Amino acid sequence: MSETTMSQTTQAGGTGAPESILSVRNLKMHFPITKGVIIQRQVGSIKAVDGLNFDLLRGETLGLVGESGCGKSTTGRAILQLYKPTDGSVLFEGKELTEIGSNDLRRMRRRMQMIFQDPYASLNPRMTVGSIVGEPLEVHNIGAGRKERQERVQELLKIVGLNPYFINRYPHEFSGGQRQRIGVARALAVNPSFIVCDEPISALDVSIQAQVINLLEDLQQELGLTYLFIAHDLSVVRHISDRIAVMYLGKIVELADRDELYANPQHPYTQALLSAVPIPDPEIEKKRQRIILEGDVPSPANPPKGCNFNTRCPRVMDICRQSDPEFKDDGNGHHVACFLYE
Amino acid sequence: MAKLLEVSNLKTQFFTQDGIVHAVNGISYQVDQGETLAIVGESGSGKSVGVMSLIRLIPEPPGKIVDGQVMFDGQDLLKLSENELRSVRGNRIAMIFQDPMTSLNPVLTIGRQITEALELHLNMGREESRKRAIELLELVGIPGAASRLDDYPHQFSGGMRQRVMIAMGLSCDPQLLIADEPTTALDVTIQAQIVDLVERLKKELGMAIIWITHDLGVVAGMADRVIVMYSGFVVEEAAVDELYAQPRHPYTLGLLRSIPRLDLGRQKRLIPIDGLPPDLLDPPSHCPFAPRCVFNIEKCWQENPTLVTVGTDHKSACWVDISNVEIYDPSADQQNVEAL
Ligand SMILES: Nc1ncnc2c1ncn2[C@@H]1O[C@H](COP(=O)(O)OP(=O)(O)OP(=O)(O)O)[C@@H](O)[C@H]1O
Ligand SMILES: Nc1ncnc2c1ncn2[C@@H]1O[C@H](COP(=O)(O)OP(=O)(O)OP(=O)(O)O)[C@@H](O)[C@H]1O
Ligand code: SF4
Ligand code: SF4
Ligand SMILES: [Mg+2]
Ligand SMILES: [Mg+2]
Repeated sequence: MSETTMSQTTQAGGTGAPESILSVRNLKMHFPITKGVIIQRQVGSIKAVDGLNFDLLRGETLGLVGESGCGKSTTGRAILQLYKPTDGSVLFEGKELTEIGSNDLRRMRRRMQMIFQDPYASLNPRMTVGSIVGEPLEVHNIGAGRKERQERVQELLKIVGLNPYFINRYPHEFSGGQRQRIGVARALAVNPSFIVCDEPISALDVSIQAQVINLLEDLQQELGLTYLFIAHDLSVVRHISDRIAVMYLGKIVELADRDELYANPQHPYTQALLSAVPIPDPEIEKKRQRIILEGDVPSPANPPKGCNFNTRCPRVMDICRQSDPEFKDDGNGHHVACFLYE
Repeated sequence: MAKLLEVSNLKTQFFTQDGIVHAVNGISYQVDQGETLAIVGESGSGKSVGVMSLIRLIPEPPGKIVDGQVMFDGQDLLKLSENELRSVRGNRIAMIFQDPMTSLNPVLTIGRQITEALELHLNMGREESRKRAIELLELVGIPGAASRLDDYPHQFSGGMRQRVMIAMGLSCDPQLLIADEPTTALDVTIQAQIVDLVERLKKELGMAIIWITHDLGVVAGMADRVIVMYSGFVVEEAAVDELYAQPRHPYTLGLLRSIPRLDLGRQKRLIPIDGLPPDLLDPPSHCPFAPRCVFNIEKCWQENPTLVTVGTDHKSACWVDISNVEIYDPSADQQNVEAL
């Protein structure tokens, strides 16, 4: 991504233009691969996230899509400093998160929260709903006493559409959709401005998914929240996002406004992803010509040389095997990393 | 087309400590030769128990098939001895399960798992079965099949493992392939590969397929006919075009409305199905969908509607005629996605 366009978005604000709440530059998260039982030595690394550049504007939803293992969750965790990034910068509400001390970081954690992929695994089964949702209040010392905290928890349950009387129940007494609401209430407890939603509906039944999506949209409207919305379902992402980033093997290959991305996808991987989405209409399905990608995603421990999509790309050229295409802006905020457009 | 499978009034229950789970409550349907039937429905609605009952793979106890008939090629499978049934299972009827990792043996090589079935069911020798295994892996698109025969399941990716499962399912040229959510755990690009593969195999081999899924998009692309299950009942059955053009059961309509569609204008707001599915331990005597149904009338709370014919090749279990209801919100902003 070219520095000029990025600084334009970063410096916007003040004059009514939307202000940037988060700037991610050259973010890398490499996990070491070690060998040896007693003396561990590093023999390689998994390049789970390998040089991301993007901005988030206050109040918007950026969708992050890509196949399993491409690094979506790792991106979310590295932004929130749940992992210590290998390299790069994460500027959140004016603070460089990769450099601040643990006390400052704890204070910043009140501003940014995460909703997890699996509503079954992410809630402690031995804690009541009241203590699950109230825990962040205690950790961050919010609210004077027990009673005040309890009132806040009941208010939060109401906000996410759960009965406040459920406060003494345990997670197993709830359905998947209800558990996900508990996770949302917990994330909201500390009044965050930014939430990473990591596939918040993937584990839910189809008929319940729309309930949770509507809830997230309502909360964004009411509380002015900013979302990084991680998903692998391109239809859901289109519904909820303002802009969308497509990720492949640790890199963002394309980023554009929602309507632009779907009307005018540039990267061959984005085109293949779109063409693989099944449409619930038999007449359309009968006529469709799918781009079927050959093979599987390569291992992030050993990504291909050059463009990392070159092993599966239907339009691969010689140059793609030699060098890495640059992530470039077309001038209107549509970014793509592919030699077809250089 | 000739009838291959006819299920009548199939009822399966689980006798648990908490009481009787009414998992499948008297379902009837048929599958013709060479036809693809899709089964869709809410989690817990009895899709898996329903098909596992066909070949009696229900754990007994606590499960029990309490009523019904399953006619397959002139025989009632529910009346066969365990021995007779074994020659049908994995042979004339093959089944692929949702999670390929739990159904492949982690300590046996891929090749051995396929040859074992061939030796058992088709009495092939070592040499012959090995050759056939390579052919099968090639058929399902595993590159360099001969050299991958001695690999273990963990050396294969999720999509490759699912293709191995399909190869195993096909090993004995079944007349009926039952696939229980075979692509749910996979990415869309890999899912597209598998759907493409199954379509091709179906054309080449002429088998019938029962495909269970919760993805209405996948169904639209590959099914000839669809049954919709809710709470252990079949609530709607129709030819695929008919079902999507004019759903007649409020649950089906609700499902179609609640998913965002890439090909239509972006809806301002999704229309969810409110509420929760019913408790199968304590099934109501009224329409099981009534507490979540926006069309409910007084009668719905008194009597459970039975599945009746509502049109050509179309059945529904509902007291209310919803055929005039618009499926999609016409006020959605229109923007076509050309790249589909
Ligand atoms: N703590 C870790 N240690 C080592 N490798 C990891 C770790 N966390 C993730 N990885 C690896 O990093 C890569 C990216 O994983 P990540 O969970 O971010 O993918 P994802 O895009 O969220 O996938 P999914 O859609 O399946 O959730 C994968 O290859 C994964 O195996
Ligand atoms: N071994 C068992 N003991 C008790 N109840 C069971 C057992 N197996 C299944 N059930 C119950 O039977 C009902 C139907 O289950 P089934 O697995 O057929 O659902 P399904 O429609 O396949 O759902 P999913 O989409 O989640 O796979 C469920 O309520 C389930 O809890
Ligand atoms: S750079 Fe080359 S290999 Fe990569 S996506 Fe573009 S055309 Fe395909
Ligand atoms: S019978 Fe009544 S409650 Fe049941 S689906 Fe039809 S309208 Fe709804
Ligand atoms: Mg993830
Ligand atoms: Mg099932």
